[in-house]
Amino acid sequence: MSLFVIEGVSKRYGGVRALQDAGLAIEAGRIHAVLGENGAGKSTLIKIMAGVVAPDEGRMILDGAPVSFPSPAAANAAGIACIFQELSLIPDLTVADNIAISNPPRRFGLIDRGAQRRLAEQALARAGADNIHPLALVKDLSLSRRQMVEIAKALARKPRILILDEATSALTAADVTKIYGVLKRLRAEGLALVYISHRMHEITELADECTVFCNGRSVASYAAGTKTDNEVVEMMIGREYNAVFPPRTAHPASDATPMLAVRNLCWTDRLNDISLRVRAGEVIGLGGLDGQGQRELLLALFGVLRGTTGEVLIDGRPVTIAGPDFAKRKEIGMALIPEDRKTEGLMLPMSVRENLSFAALGRLSRWGVVSASAEREAVERIVRLLAVRTDGTDVPAGSLSGGNQQKLVIGKWLMLAPRILLLNDPTRGIDVGTKQEMYQLLRQLADEGAAILFYSTDYDELVGCCDRVLVMCDGAIGRELVGAEITERALVSSALNLGAQSTTRRVAQTVPT
Amino acid sequence: MSGDWSYRLREHKGTLLAFVAFVVMFTIYAANHPAGLNANVATTAANKGVLLAIVAMAQTLVVLTSGIDLSVGMVMVLANCLASSIVVGSPVQAALGVLAVLVVGLVCGAINGFIVIYGRLQPIVTTIATGAIFYGVALGLRPVPGGDVETTLADALTGQLPGGIPASLVVLLGLVLVVWLPFRRSVTGRAAYAVGSSEVAAYMSGVPIRRAKFVAYMLSGLLAALAGLFLTFITYTGEASAANGNTYTLYSIAAVVLGGVSLFGGSGSAVGAIFGAFMFRTIGDLLFVFNVEPLWQPLFQGIVLSAAVCLGAVRLLHVRNRLDLYG
Repeated sequence: MSLFVIEGVSKRYGGVRALQDAGLAIEAGRIHAVLGENGAGKSTLIKIMAGVVAPDEGRMILDGAPVSFPSPAAANAAGIACIFQELSLIPDLTVADNIAISNPPRRFGLIDRGAQRRLAEQALARAGADNIHPLALVKDLSLSRRQMVEIAKALARKPRILILDEATSALTAADVTKIYGVLKRLRAEGLALVYISHRMHEITELADECTVFCNGRSVASYAAGTKTDNEVVEMMIGREYNAVFPPRTAHPASDATPMLAVRNLCWTDRLNDISLRVRAGEVIGLGGLDGQGQRELLLALFGVLRGTTGEVLIDGRPVTIAGPDFAKRKEIGMALIPEDRKTEGLMLPMSVRENLSFAALGRLSRWGVVSASAEREAVERIVRLLAVRTDGTDVPAGSLSGGNQQKLVIGKWLMLAPRILLLNDPTRGIDVGTKQEMYQLLRQLADEGAAILFYSTDYDELVGCCDRVLVMCDGAIGRELVGAEITERALVSSALNLGAQSTTRRVAQTVPT
Repeated sequence: MSGDWSYRLREHKGTLLAFVAFVVMFTIYAANHPAGLNANVATTAANKGVLLAIVAMAQTLVVLTSGIDLSVGMVMVLANCLASSIVVGSPVQAALGVLAVLVVGLVCGAINGFIVIYGRLQPIVTTIATGAIFYGVALGLRPVPGGDVETTLADALTGQLPGGIPASLVVLLGLVLVVWLPFRRSVTGRAAYAVGSSEVAAYMSGVPIRRAKFVAYMLSGLLAALAGLFLTFITYTGEASAANGNTYTLYSIAAVVLGGVSLFGGSGSAVGAIFGAFMFRTIGDLLFVFNVEPLWQPLFQGIVLSAAVCLGAVRLLHVRNRLDLYG
């Protein structure tokens, strides 16, 4: 009998189905890998197992008895510990404080620091991180070290089921090796491990069983090693095509100076020697798994990041873009459609008109006074152009639907007639109809001579919209796909770094000397 | 394990800096005082300092949870007005009076906590509103200044112990031992730090978020009421002074910042805030011994405060992603 079984679990977020009739069976003393594309439902599944979100339907059975977890604490009490992708550590507390936080050892009702210290030291040792000082503040540790603390924290709760969600994505090679050893030892101790990773070689190395998720469903479970990488990729794709994309404009191969060129761009350890060229009329996609530096690349181009090295050329002339206000100047004409429209794109309580004219106020005003008539005219032009469904231009932006809000974010930059358009996953969480309008618009802008750099987590979009796709991996451009090469299959396998030996090479490079 | 002290130093940096800065300032003050550091000078300085220090402790508890309590001054004024009416008579009556004042403080804090946690209103707005209410009640209790207080108790707590030690310092030490340290070492106290540092991470870790905030606001009310009592013991009267309440509220925030407590929450200690309060008081005293016009006092206090805040902002120079500046 399985230790923990999930059956028929469904979860909706608004109109979006995150999970549909999904299931998973976990055994003690085994490592169970969960695979799937971006947005396949893996994270939602884990959140349900960890008591962070409640399922709409379905049931969970632990030790043969049905259970439900109204809170993370309840899941903890049942012996499920989860190491989340977004760290759950508290930066201002010490390592020992963090490890013991869920249930600190107490004496006379007060926290017993000596016992806590010993507990932390044990947990760190079990996680293979005994070189982390228990009194260090978490905020002073590097990302990799924090992740090790996170693992120690989960172990300190003495879980029976340990869930690792992309737990190795932030680790250095040295820590990854340690973690492999730790996980194998935990398996030998009889823990059930659920392991989520996009790195196929890790799964090959560790997993006993695998379950593949696709479109919120668990499509297959199999014993590790019984399927080839290609078969796995097929299962991960298997989704229906439902978006309609405008036809691509044929581009004669041209030697024209690219409107935007980047040479050897680096930033901390997140961007690694990036070079690219975007010509007028081109739509260039950025692909790869979530969080491989795509967002940072767009921010770096827009002048938001400090301390970048390398060269950015606009129309062949090197420029230093010192910030968004500089990037939007006429001679550069760059616009960035941010990832989170609610916080970075719009001022939700302010009116549609104010939101649309914000970035362009300089051009709509004289002597520092905004010309009401020029503003109204420009705003109405954009509202018509993008077919924003709004009850007049004086209603708050927050009252519009998600898709229409996203149109405002784009419209606000179109007011400036940008020549270079950077988009950070612009269709996330908007309806299909608006998505299609968005695709038409991108193509139209490109045909009018704009250069477009387009990051999307939706592979369909990259296939349907882009002339070329740069697949990013660990802050570098891993592969460039051109024209007919852009297939979902190629995108997935290059994102997973299959076929290329570069994974092992990179790991070897990052071993500290 | 060796090297522990360097980590402890790092953890308590703000508090230690505040302590050192205060000692330096106070030494300069004492050395230049025309009468030298005699017991009377020390007691007067201590009483003024302790009063602000208690209010600053109250403020710290809320600031740690990344809130702010703009009603602390008004709770103090309310407690002062109440104490001037009921902390009188026989020892038993006076003791019951003290107890009643403290309960009122707890209730005020509980009201703040309840609105902030369950009403989900911002602490700043909530406490401005409740502060006005508390002041209104104080004004109702004592429309004109007056009243009395049990003098034996008052003199014992604001006078000198044998050896010339200011009694108020012992009271403050007692508060640290009885209120602050247990809070700091309790699960609830740790949760308060966690909430202030990262509420999402705290939730994910199964930390009792609501209880932590509620206790922080309640203890804040309690300490503010204690400050009100202490004010009554110093002045022997009650006065519903809006100016006094507002001044103490703002000074308490200044003391918290000087004491190395982060206004973003999650970092710092009430002990630091105590030295911050002492420091803030000593600035005024220093100007006095150097014969600076009293008119300049706010200006200099402002400059010192600005300098302290600037030091706290140095870390922003290292931010590599400009978006983090606005987080």
